Amino acid sequence: MTASNKLTAFNNRINNKKKSSIKLYFHYISINIRCMMQYKTSFFLNVTGQFLVSFTVFLSMFFMFERFRSVEGFTYSEVLLCFSTMLLAFSLAEMFARGFDTFSGMVRGGDFDRILVRPRSEIMQVLGSKFELTRIGRMLQAIVMFVYGIMASGIAWNFSRIITIIFMITGGTVIFSALFLIYAALCFFTLDGLEFMNVFTDGAREFGQYPTAIYGKKMLLFTTFVIPYSLFQYYPLLFLTGRSDNIILMFLPLVACWFMIPAFLLWKYGVRHYKSSGS
Amino acid sequence: MITMENVCKTYKIAKRNAGFAQACKSLFRREYETIRALNDVSFTIGDGEMVGYIGPNGAGKSSTIKILSGILTPDSGTVLVDGRVPQKNRIEHVKHIGVVFGQRSQLWWDVPVIDSFELLKDIYSIPESDYKNNLEELKELLDLSELLRSPARQLSLGQRMRCEIAASLLHSPRILFLDEPTIGLDAVSKLAVRDFILKLNKTHGTTVILTTHDMQDIEALTSRIILIGKGRILMDGTLDDIKKGSDSNIDETIAELYRTYEI
Amino acid sequence: MKKYLSFFRLRFIMGLQYRAAALAGIVTQFVWGFMEILMFRAFYRADAAAFPMEFSALSSYVWLQQAFLALFAAWMMENEIMDSIVTGNISYELCRPISIYNMWYTRSIANRLARAFLRCFPILAVAVFIPKPYGIAAPASLLHFLLFLITLVLGLAVTVSFCMLIYVLTFFTVSAQGLRIVFMSVVDFFTGGLIPLPFFPEKIQRVMELLPFASMQNVALRIYSGSMSGYEMKKAIILQIFWLVAVTAVGKLLCRIAEKRIVVQGG
Repeated sequence: MTASNKLTAFNNRINNKKKSSIKLYFHYISINIRCMMQYKTSFFLNVTGQFLVSFTVFLSMFFMFERFRSVEGFTYSEVLLCFSTMLLAFSLAEMFARGFDTFSGMVRGGDFDRILVRPRSEIMQVLGSKFELTRIGRMLQAIVMFVYGIMASGIAWNFSRIITIIFMITGGTVIFSALFLIYAALCFFTLDGLEFMNVFTDGAREFGQYPTAIYGKKMLLFTTFVIPYSLFQYYPLLFLTGRSDNIILMFLPLVACWFMIPAFLLWKYGVRHYKSSGS
Repeated sequence: MITMENVCKTYKIAKRNAGFAQACKSLFRREYETIRALNDVSFTIGDGEMVGYIGPNGAGKSSTIKILSGILTPDSGTVLVDGRVPQKNRIEHVKHIGVVFGQRSQLWWDVPVIDSFELLKDIYSIPESDYKNNLEELKELLDLSELLRSPARQLSLGQRMRCEIAASLLHSPRILFLDEPTIGLDAVSKLAVRDFILKLNKTHGTTVILTTHDMQDIEALTSRIILIGKGRILMDGTLDDIKKGSDSNIDETIAELYRTYEI
Repeated sequence: MKKYLSFFRLRFIMGLQYRAAALAGIVTQFVWGFMEILMFRAFYRADAAAFPMEFSALSSYVWLQQAFLALFAAWMMENEIMDSIVTGNISYELCRPISIYNMWYTRSIANRLARAFLRCFPILAVAVFIPKPYGIAAPASLLHFLLFLITLVLGLAVTVSFCMLIYVLTFFTVSAQGLRIVFMSVVDFFTGGLIPLPFFPEKIQRVMELLPFASMQNVALRIYSGSMSGYEMKKAIILQIFWLVAVTAVGKLLCRIAEKRIVVQGG
């Protein structure tokens, strides 16, 4: 076999593996949906509930703007856009990475043992174990707000701005998924006390409806360098609303994705810890 | 072939005390205690053997199974399963083993059992023809044809256990670990499960390692018994070795053994 | 009465066991309150005249809300109670010589008090030292403080009564979880959990203040911070008592009907 033949064979193998992983993931999603459809009433009430939760958050914001008109120079429609991208990113992450969010139950119930005796990556199996379609309620809310926000924003849409908003949603989804992954990794070490992680997920969703800069300089620094929320929210928003022409701002959401690396390493470390303590 | 040599494993667990004063105290300080789950455990199991692994609760049975299936890393000692070190290359190792945890389910609760099987087919990347053959065989031997269309939540415990065992064998593993497979089953299901395990061992030469509290399981299935207590192997021999010189029934013999070893 | 007390004690000890959870809760609530105050500060800077209360009153409101979250959060439901209804374990409880409604009521109050007891002091202690106007201020007067304590207890009672209503309603529905989610999603909003009621437009506020939700955390927090006094205060307390009686009565009635249904159906 020549070197190039070998390479092709290798590539094929990798491709087959990728294909089979994707196929398996869709299989997981389909079985999840079939399970959920066994409880239709519960499903629809859940979706309604999810929708209402974010709707009341929106209403509160609406009433605040009724009273105050603007905040730190941002108008209602601009904040609306900020709110909806954040919500969209969050609900996407929540839908796909829900397995991490309910991971404590998995560790406590010993279901993680089952995952370890199967010949697939742990992350893939955890993601597949729980695909949360009820989050579609939150997402619906996000999409409605998003469309409304885009129409009301008065932004002159051009190619770079469309790309920017796509990057914002992508970057946000990655960051929130990474946070869920960190939460799951911590479950390997302790099962109580993880409530504080809600600050970074639910808290970020709630307070991230406003541009991060309204919370002051220190908070802006924190959300730039420690947990990079601002990289997919505040900075690209400046570009989007024409407050800045700096093209770099457009790509910051992609830079924010570095956050996945420590999250992933922590997860790996957690799995190793689990294998040695067996708790 | 499975070999374990001088394997040790310890855990650290937090103490939790009752009472109001204790609860307040533990807010500030927590005490830990170290448990030796496995203490210098060694044994060898040949291909196609059926071994009963017995001992009281907390003796170290589950830890052994977990180490052999790659879930747990031992503190020291060497473990080899068919030439592989379980905790080293997890994915490669688990392709060749099947595990049944008697107290937990691997079936999806709300969809027909066959759907769970189809998913397992993708998880283990079982080729279509192998899957079909295995499914046919398991369906017949475990009498599953009536069950596969109903969701797991509607099955009785015995019916579900039969499906669980089938699920663990779809990928034709060389070794099968059964962790209390007959717990809580009715008499008919117990017999069916035992019967199947015997057949599996005979026709496919699958190595079977079985932990149980039910001595009838041991009597019916295994010729070799490993007794573990407080993390140590206390006895490794045949059923006759254990029964030697006593004509009481097996439960009493084992109870006697537990008393002798103070476990 | 003694059996309720011993039950209460047991629950309280159980709540104390989870120290890590309590610590995490304290940190979470502290950060939450901090962020909320920063958010309101941004709006205050945008238009101070439009602010419906003193900024320091808002800070007091936020810190008290965080400190006593466990007393008023409607989403902190007793999963055990829900589960026992769904799985049918409830039939065991029916065997005990004790009123289900009263037992669950005690259990909820005990759980909430145990949680709040652990969490409120650290939060309040820190909030006292935060400089004005961001920290918690002293109450307007001694009378206000006493009324705050009374309305705090009344608010807790209304909250628990309301949760009881939802537990009892799960007897009559197929989807307990769904029902709960729909309820909980709106309760937070109506109680002033997202933004205090004075921040709503006036007309809407007037209607909201009549609803049972306004009788939960709203009254106590606003009496303390001084954003409610005089006639308004009296009206709010009377409404609290009214809702407490009404919601409890409806809950007890439904509970009795549900118990009968269980007996008839054989659990």
